[in-house]
Parts: sequence; structure tokens; C-alpha cells
Amino acid sequence: MSIREVISTGNELAAIAAVDAGCRFFGGYPLTPSSEVMHVISDLLPKIGGTAIQMEDEIAGICCVIGAAMAGDRALTATSGPGVSLKAENLGLAQMTEVPLVLVNVMRGGPSTGLPTRVSQGDVLQAKNPSHGDYKSITLCAGSLAECYTETVRAFNLADRFMQPVIVLLDETIGHMHGKAVIPTAEAVKEGIVPRKKFDGPADEYFPYECEADEPAVLNPMFEGYRYHFTGLHHDKNGFPTEEIETCRKLIQRLEDKVAMHEDELESYEEFMMDDADVMIVAYGSVSLAAKETIRNLRAEGIKAGLFRPITLWPSPATKMKEYADKIKNVLVVELNIGQYHSEVQRATARLDIDGLFKVNGRAISPNEIAAKVKELY
Amino acid sequence: MAFNYDKYLRLEKMPTLWCWGCGDGVILKAFVRAIEKMNIAQDDICVVSGIGCSGRFSSYVDFNTVHTTHGRTVAYATGIKLARPDKLVVCVAGDGDALAIGGNHTIHGCRRNIDLTLIIINNFIYGLTNSQTSPTTPRGMWTVSQKAGNIDPTFNTCDLAIAAGASFVARESMIEPKKLEKSLVKAMQHKGFSMMEVLSNCHINLGRKNKMMSAMANLEWIDSITVSKKKYDTLSEEEQLNLLPTGVLKEDTEALEYCEMYAEIQKVHQGQRAKITQADFAKKI
Repeated sequence: MSIREVISTGNELAAIAAVDAGCRFFGGYPLTPSSEVMHVISDLLPKIGGTAIQMEDEIAGICCVIGAAMAGDRALTATSGPGVSLKAENLGLAQMTEVPLVLVNVMRGGPSTGLPTRVSQGDVLQAKNPSHGDYKSITLCAGSLAECYTETVRAFNLADRFMQPVIVLLDETIGHMHGKAVIPTAEAVKEGIVPRKKFDGPADEYFPYECEADEPAVLNPMFEGYRYHFTGLHHDKNGFPTEEIETCRKLIQRLEDKVAMHEDELESYEEFMMDDADVMIVAYGSVSLAAKETIRNLRAEGIKAGLFRPITLWPSPATKMKEYADKIKNVLVVELNIGQYHSEVQRATARLDIDGLFKVNGRAISPNEIAAKVKELY
Repeated sequence: MAFNYDKYLRLEKMPTLWCWGCGDGVILKAFVRAIEKMNIAQDDICVVSGIGCSGRFSSYVDFNTVHTTHGRTVAYATGIKLARPDKLVVCVAGDGDALAIGGNHTIHGCRRNIDLTLIIINNFIYGLTNSQTSPTTPRGMWTVSQKAGNIDPTFNTCDLAIAAGASFVARESMIEPKKLEKSLVKAMQHKGFSMMEVLSNCHINLGRKNKMMSAMANLEWIDSITVSKKKYDTLSEEEQLNLLPTGVLKEDTEALEYCEMYAEIQKVHQGQRAKITQADFAKKI
């Protein structure tokens, strides 16, 4: 793959990635620390005939994005935790109607207004279940500047593959980090675009929601001769409201299974010095950068630590985590919340003795803090 | 030749979920007739609705249709329209949908003057959910959430839309479907945000405890509170009190439309024109 070197920020790279990945619509509302995504993309999209609009509130931000996606555009919104809280109901509609979109959440301290300008990873569980009801979220988490770009690109392709919202989690540290990143060229990204499936047979044979039990709906863009119905209600194969018992059950089970049965297509993680590790640190996002530094320092002191970094947070790389946890006794989850992913690591590894280092004061975690915890525990 | 409604209706979805005698059916009929006059292919039309009795409107018409979340019709429609500015996008919402939970989107849709038509079916009550107070429920009426009598002041839908900047505002009632049909055509033909309030009956849930238990009684009440704009303008302020004028209340064909303005933004970024300044607005960009 052709690559290029850029000097940029995480938020800017997410915006550039969206445009390179074929995004033609942005709708959003200013929210620290995510606003730069809107600032950048509002210059980029009109240049190529796309549209970026600042709406009247967070809710309208996601609604217009869903509308544009129904019309066939690849579409993006960006926000932070408070905005996701407001968008939650309509994220649910996008899950239910199977409309693809990408939401970038640059995490800040919560709950409520929290710490607007400071870092947190407090939205990890929110990303798993932002809306009420049953569905299976797809959430990717960038652990470097380059991944702010590559994960946003991947999110667009996954959204069209699985026909649902895909959340990209950045955090304040990585969103505002400024530095060099090596990323694919726009041409390489363009070549890798996998657009959503379309039905091209006769209109009277088109049933958008009639699909295999583990496959997403096939939603043709509006205005192309295939008239059907979107609704947040339980719906039949044509998209019309129904309360028919078996249809309702199948629909919700399919929303789960279309992701659950294809986790291999979603799984993504990084292993750093794990080959001979006696201590496994699990960290993601900006925290993983500190963890890598810690591991280098610890190894210089003779402590064999390694990092397991989930990149796809939901669904989690459970199988791989368990594989490691079965052979490594000391497992430490480091995150900027009170154990949101820790509980997932416990679940995935079926171990209740997983240690945690949690920080929730809006400050980044330092390599020394992680090293001290490792030495204290092991 | 008799009008062919079948062409535009999803007959397999009939009968509608609306109650016997509900005005929504009359509005549906007028809407379909108005669409026929627009002479636009069904594939090029999108109808977006929200939640409530009016929310089911979209499922009965054979266009590209969206049944969204409560109150968000205009926000969804804004995305659809900006993505495909050449298409006809119509929102159908109720008084609770468009003026309570979705009030913010309604006023900002008006303010942007984006080329959408918003039909607000005003039956003065939350009908689907059993008679709760809506922003247009007259004071002193019984509602299930204010059994002692509604004390909340009422919104004047059209005044709100005019103040918020909609460039076309009209009010009709379903008592006069021909007039309604004509105004709907004007609203949809208008370039810019057109807000069309349509007064309708809900004898089941507004009427049952407010002495309007039949559709006719409810319609007679609507008739008693409405008067044509022409006549309304001749009345004294005191006489105008508690009356709602019907007809086209505002029609500004000069106002700048949002999609067209956004096309200018695209031109700026594509180097085809200078940045838009305040002075440009004096000469309409």
C-alpha cells in the first residue's frame, strides 16, 4: 500500500480519513474536544461537492446524517460523550433501520458536563450500548495518530458491510495530539473502499429486510426506483411496521447475529512484546502509548511485560485475550475510567483476578504510574 | 375521469390505523391530489414523518418514506434534502411532534429556509397516546394529564413559523379539502421552507371529555375558531382574539434558500467565487 507522511492532529486526521473514505456528508454540533473534526471537514467536503452542516443541536446532527445516509451518502458525525448521550435514541434508529454511518467520539471527562477539555475513556461502555434495546455495536479505538486515520477509514467500510453505525473512539489526548503520522495515500484508501451492497433486480422483487439470519439489510439509496419504508418500529421484509411474533424475534436476533457471527471480520488488536511476557498489560487508546513506554522501561529492569491492545473494542477480541490470560498469570488493565473494559477482560478471560489501574481525574496516565503499579502487584 | 388514488397509496396497508372519522384520512387524500398536480415522479419524492398518529402518514403513501423518531422529521429531512437537493422532500408531523419535542428542529428549519415542506397536522391533542396536553391544546380544555383543565398557554403555529423565518406559511383546516389541496400545491411548489398547518379533528381523544364526541361536533368547533385571512384582516383586534386565520399567511419568493446558498459555499471552496461577505447578502449573494 502506498503511504505518505503527514504532520497533523488526531481530530484532523479523522476528518481527512472520512473524506478519503468517500464520506460526502457531515452533520454535527460543536462539542469540545471533538469540534476540530467539524472545522476541518467543513472545508474539505464542499471542495469535492459534499456537504457539511452545523445543526441546531446534537440530536439534529445525527438525524441529518442518518437522512443523508438513507439517501445513499457515506456520512459522518463527530462529538463527545455528552453528544453521544443526546444522539443515543437516533443511533438506535440507525441500528434498527440498518443505516450505515460513522460517529467519531473524542472522549472527555464525564458524567454530565464533566471535564470538557480533559482526557477520559469513560465512554467505553456507552459505546457498547448507547441506545435502549438489543443490537450489537461496533466500536473501534485509535491508539495512535495514524490510527485516527486508518480506523476512521475502516469504520466507513465496516458501516457499509454491516449496515449500522460504527463508533470510532478517540480521546482528548489523541484527538489533540500533534505530530507525524504515516498513513496510506488517499488513492490507496479509495481503492480499498467497499461500498454497501445494492439490489439491482426488478423493484417488485426487492425486499430490503429479507436476508439471511446473519446478514445485514440491503438498502438501496432513495430516489433510485426502489421505494420502500424506513421505520424504527419492528418491521417486515419491506420495512413496514409489524407486530407479527416471529418476524419481530427474527429481526432483533438478526441485528445481534449479523455482527456476532462475523466477529472474525471485525477483530483487531496489537500485541507488543507479548512473546515472552510474564505480565500482560491491557490498554487501548492514548493509554497504550504510555503503556508501551512502561514496557520498554520495565524490560530494561528485567521485568518481562507486554501489551495487548484491543483496537476493535466492541465486539472485543475475547478469544485472543483468553488465550493469553490462560498462560499469563499477571494481567493488568489500565484505563482512564473505573474499570469499564476491565469488566470485559474479566468476562472474556473468565478470570476474576484481573488487576486494574484506573484514573478518573482528567489527567493522562504516565509510564511511571503504570510501572509503579506493576512493581507493586507482581 | 375519476381521480386515481391507487397510484399513490400503498393499498396493502389499508385500512389505516386512524380512528373512524379521523381528519388524517382527508388530509392524506388532499395530499395525494396535490402531489398529482406537482407532476413529479414518485421515485423523486420523499415523505418523512415522526411519531404520533401523523407518524403513520408516511407508510400509506407510495414514495420513498421514512418514519423517524419523535420530533425529528425536519432534522432527518434536512439531511435527505442536502444530500439530494433536486428531490421533493415533505415532512408530516403532528402538533406534539413538531411543536413540543421537535420544536427546536421546526424553528431552525424555518430559519434556514431550506426547501422542505412541513405539514403540521394540528389536532390540538396527543391523540395516539390517549389525550395528553399538546402545545396547541386550548386553555381550559380537559386532557388526561391535566384533568383539572389545561393551564398551559397555546402556541400559534403559523406565527411561530413566520417569526422563525419560514418563507411560506399557510393554515387550512380539513373541513375544506379543496382549499387545503390548493394550499398544499402552493406550499410544495414554493422554493424555501414552507410550513403548512392543517387543523384536524380528534373527537376520540380531544373530544371525548370536551363535549365534541362526534367528528361533526369537533369539526364544528374547528369551524368556529377559524376564519379566512381575508375576513380576519377586516376584524378588530378584539374580534380576532381566539380566531385563527386560514389561507396563505406568508409567501416570500425572494428569501434565499439554504441548498442554493450552500451551492455558493461549494463554489467558494472550489475557487469559483470569493468568500461570502455581509455585503453579498445586501445584493442576495
